[in-house]
Amino acid sequence: MLTLQCPYCGARVEETELAPGGEAHLKRFGPGSSDADFESYMFARKNPKGVHFERWRHAYGCGKWFLAARCTATLEVFGTYPAQTTEPPADLIAKIKEKRPTWEGYK
Amino acid sequence: MSDAVSALNGQTHDGFARVAEAGLRGMVTIRADLGSAALAGALAALGLSVPAQRGIVSAGGKAVGWMSPDELLLLCDYAQAPQIAADLTSALADEHALVTVVSDARALFTVQGAKADQVLMKLCPVDFATLPEGELRRTRAAQVAAALWRSGPDEISIVCFRSVAGYMMGLLEVASRKGGEIF
Amino acid sequence: MSTRLAKGGRLIDRAKPLNFTFNDKPLRGYAGDTLASALLGAGQVMLGRSFKYHRPRGLVASGVEEPNALVGLGRNARFEPDQRTTTTELFEGAETRSQNHWPSLDFDVGEINDKLYKFFPAGFYYKTFMFPRFAWKHLFEPIVRQSAGLGGVPREADVDRYEQAYAYTDVLVAGGGVAGLAAALREARTGKRVMVLEQTPHWGGRAPVDGGQIDGQAAADWISNAVQTLEGMDNVTLRTRTMLAGLHDHGYAIGYQSVGDATPGDGRPRHRLWRIRAGLTITATGAIERPLAFAGNDVPGVMLAGAVRDYIVNWGVSPGDRTVIVTNNDDAYRTALAVLDAGLTVAAVIDAREHASGPLAQKLRERGVRVLEGRGIAKVHGRKAVTGVAICAQAGEGGVVEQIACDCVAMSGGWSPVVHLWSHCGGKLTWDNTHAMFRPDPDRPPLGDAGQPLARAVGAANGLLTLPEIMAEADLPAVAEPEAPLAPVWVMPAGAKEALKFKSFLDYQNDVKVSDVQLAAREGYESVEHTKRYTTLGMATDQGKLSNINGLAVLSDALGQPIPATGTTTFRPPYTPISFGAIAAEARGEIFQPLRRTPMHAWHESHGVAWEPVGLWRRPYTYPRTGESHRTAVNREITNTRSNVGLLDASTLGKILVKGPDAGRFLDLMYTNMMSTLPVGKCRYGLMCNDNGFLMDDGVVVRLSEDSWLCHTTSGGADRIHGHMEDWLQCEWWDFKVYTANLTEQFAQVAVVGPKARLLLEKLGGMDVSAEALPFMTFAEGTLGGFDARVFRISFSGELSYEIAVPAAQGLAFWQALHDAGAEFGAMPYGTEALHVMRAEKGFIMIGDESDGTVIPQDLGLSWAISKKKADYIGKRAQERSHMTDPDRWQLVGLETLDGLVLPDGVYAVADGYNANGQRHTQGRVTSTYFSPTLGRGIAMGLVKHGPARMGEVLDFPADKGAVIKARIVDPVFYDKEGKKQNV
Repeated sequence: MLTLQCPYCGARVEETELAPGGEAHLKRFGPGSSDADFESYMFARKNPKGVHFERWRHAYGCGKWFLAARCTATLEVFGTYPAQTTEPPADLIAKIKEKRPTWEGYK
Repeated sequence: MSDAVSALNGQTHDGFARVAEAGLRGMVTIRADLGSAALAGALAALGLSVPAQRGIVSAGGKAVGWMSPDELLLLCDYAQAPQIAADLTSALADEHALVTVVSDARALFTVQGAKADQVLMKLCPVDFATLPEGELRRTRAAQVAAALWRSGPDEISIVCFRSVAGYMMGLLEVASRKGGEIF
Repeated sequence: MSTRLAKGGRLIDRAKPLNFTFNDKPLRGYAGDTLASALLGAGQVMLGRSFKYHRPRGLVASGVEEPNALVGLGRNARFEPDQRTTTTELFEGAETRSQNHWPSLDFDVGEINDKLYKFFPAGFYYKTFMFPRFAWKHLFEPIVRQSAGLGGVPREADVDRYEQAYAYTDVLVAGGGVAGLAAALREARTGKRVMVLEQTPHWGGRAPVDGGQIDGQAAADWISNAVQTLEGMDNVTLRTRTMLAGLHDHGYAIGYQSVGDATPGDGRPRHRLWRIRAGLTITATGAIERPLAFAGNDVPGVMLAGAVRDYIVNWGVSPGDRTVIVTNNDDAYRTALAVLDAGLTVAAVIDAREHASGPLAQKLRERGVRVLEGRGIAKVHGRKAVTGVAICAQAGEGGVVEQIACDCVAMSGGWSPVVHLWSHCGGKLTWDNTHAMFRPDPDRPPLGDAGQPLARAVGAANGLLTLPEIMAEADLPAVAEPEAPLAPVWVMPAGAKEALKFKSFLDYQNDVKVSDVQLAAREGYESVEHTKRYTTLGMATDQGKLSNINGLAVLSDALGQPIPATGTTTFRPPYTPISFGAIAAEARGEIFQPLRRTPMHAWHESHGVAWEPVGLWRRPYTYPRTGESHRTAVNREITNTRSNVGLLDASTLGKILVKGPDAGRFLDLMYTNMMSTLPVGKCRYGLMCNDNGFLMDDGVVVRLSEDSWLCHTTSGGADRIHGHMEDWLQCEWWDFKVYTANLTEQFAQVAVVGPKARLLLEKLGGMDVSAEALPFMTFAEGTLGGFDARVFRISFSGELSYEIAVPAAQGLAFWQALHDAGAEFGAMPYGTEALHVMRAEKGFIMIGDESDGTVIPQDLGLSWAISKKKADYIGKRAQERSHMTDPDRWQLVGLETLDGLVLPDGVYAVADGYNANGQRHTQGRVTSTYFSPTLGRGIAMGLVKHGPARMGEVLDFPADKGAVIKARIVDPVFYDKEGKKQNV
């Protein structure tokens, strides 16, 4: 069972206080978008063995959604950060690259 | 107003700690920019201040706790809550804020005694050994959301939703039964 | 025969005898005994029958690895099967019962299976599935069902209580032997928080039995000093009787504490499950001795050498008068010495090694014991108890060279580190050729949340099998008798023939023999995981603690490959079985799950309510009066509401306050229709879809002020919809200035419904509720009968209707006031079923009936509630997909049966032709169906292909038993089509 630090309230909490929300940094495609873009936004999800970015909500705590960078194979957590961003913070990406030199990078 | 009753009407239970539904308590939710000067001023007028992250500040029978980066919970006398909410609303009229009375939406419990921590150790994934005074921890008590803090010597207060007050009392009663002392 | 020795037994208190029974026979043991030591001390060698062959079985071990000696313990509401006697403390009045036999332990009909062993080979079950086909159902299944299961099922609810507790620590030490204590001391001295768990009631592990010196003190003295030191440290928590069951991701560990097992009924919880979060877990779990596979190695009286030593030293129990030691290593010689020291006889030591010349062997020879080198056991004599052994050359095929009479055989195949915890969370193992064992690979530990090692193995669990090695790891000097190297011997003799291998057991609990594993290999099973499942090796409740390595070795040999090439099976938690009670803990009875109560809950209860669960809420379904069925009660409630006035507890409706300069813009995105244009004081029905276009919730939205709206949701939907709003606000439109607050529970809400509703409210007084002051789809705030109230003129029934919200703390009083004032108008409460019928009579949809996650608002004739003007709303893009705009989509209609009866719920309307599976094509289905007392007939709603264009057509709905019900497509609004009644 995972432990993640909520970047909003600062508490390190166990998974039972959290609700998972799937892949992070999805770009919404609304009216006017192509079928392909909409399909990709609505249905296509990454399923990597390794570095992954996810949405979590501190559901039993402060109620905020945050994002986490995690290794799906070892469950190592590289960091958590607020949800109000369209891509992972640069310092986090640098940290992951240092720990996973063969990682192909974000996107 | 005279007809107002709390969810469990002050029910208590004596185990190795004393658990009690604390009756009616005024509560006001404030959603605002917590750095706002108007907010600080309005709280100062009540003898309170804006709590730090996960903090709870108490003074003169009132308290205000940090619920999230843009939400506070103010505790006061039940009867005072509407007026305090109205005052805060006008104090924050010029900013983007939401102030609303939630006294009736919640139930408040206390667990008292030297072994109060042990009751909640059984229900909440929280390290009570390192939970300081002045921290408000929002967490889970078994299957429901709860917020708790040290409200006095050997006393922990817990807030949950009103509809699950009976469930919360059931949890606290079972967890505090004599013979269930952990240490 | 086993017996209690006149002296000795470091763990028992002879001044405190305890009475207990075994199969109703009164027996006596001492405080400090386990059930196992007490039974053995009372002369009970045979304790049960084996699972498959019903062979007589006795104790093999003295700890958690015991496969055989499981008993039913207690009676009635405290009965529990399969209790491991070796880990259960004896208590006064304990009632134990042997298992797996009929009619008695001594005479068991099932023993016939043992004679038929050739018909129960490896994969027996699988083979019965295969051929002949008829045999499974008619022959094998009835037999297997009859004999399946180990132990009996408790017939009464468990009267004991159980609990869980959370704990946090920097260092968690699993195991309170000398390695664990030394590690704990070292970590504790750095100031870290340390928690030490020991599964038995005693500290020190094997060291007090095995002897030796630590840091210049006798092992037992060092242990008590170490425990005393740890007890004196504030940062250390020590717990005995607590087994670390599993080590999981990010240092989550499950501890299982026996609290009141030995004191039933004293008010304490029986078990406590610890949910521990540890920075580092030190696995100091010791090692488990391996049996040797020889014919008859399961006859009662054949035990692990270490266990024989334990029973003598710890509990003063002699497993037998004349013991034969059979071994491939030096440690078993310690058992021989313990037997001698107890004044008992060692008939011989059978050493499989060519030479036994270590100092321990020398010591034994000096005491006059015969040590046979290069020998093995060909066969054990005896059935219910050992009577002797036939000796052979280990290198041969089993030709008997000598017979030795004995009543106990102490065997040792070497020791395997307990690597379970290390492995649970991904720690890897390495093969140690010298000791023929898997040990933790320190370079590949399980990893924690920061990629750091989550566990460290110490002591025997780390593959250090001698005291000096173990203590050296903790930088402490220690002395013990040196040991000569072990010889890897798995099967005895090396060239054993089939007849012997058929009786050489690897897995005692599941009756898996050497021959079974070899057969599996011959049949093509190469993967150890497959072999395990095929033979059931290691799949019993002991999880292969004794059989694992031996089975691997036999399989590897059969496959002609080294053991590490075969690998191990997966180690899974829990390490030893834990009780269901501990897993459930407080979640039983009244608090099995949260029950959400409205402020009026108790009133409903005292007025004969029949409840309907809605999410975690309980809502009144109906209030049957004496002599009324639910259906007649519902009909009464509907008729009364439509003719007088009905009162509904609507407190569970979700109420979400949405406020801010961008709230209107936000709600335009959340709802399919326009909410920003709603005038202050007005109400509007709204639909909410997910971004995949499907309808997810509905409710009335109220504009409270210029910048605030109150959104009503369905009863089950409040938390979900509030979460949905917050998700979009936080993660997509975080630039919007909008705050939300879920006020669902702040208000009690009552629907006052019916032609006399206004009269009732006027009687309460305080607010103008006239049609002029408070027209349909508006709201007003004020005081009603002295209550602070917000009154909404909305209707879900088609009648004149007010929904009134008051602070929840006054909800009950308000509800009561309505009843008091309403008596003269015939006010009656009504429940959710009446609500459902009335809404169906009006053709109003219900989320969860008309919608099921695949329905879009356009299917339900709700296009009027979808804004054409808005550039975007959640679900809009999805609803533009070709499948969503397909005119062939099934659409909402009303359905009237030709015979006036009620259509079954969920039935399909068939169309011409058949699909590829030979099923009728369908063209529609029923989504809601009720008896309408207002119309005196069955009414239904359904989704039908091209439905709205087919008014008057009759459809066929096949129902049960070949019946076909005919129903006509009609307008879904059955009652007051013009909506006059609600708008008065």
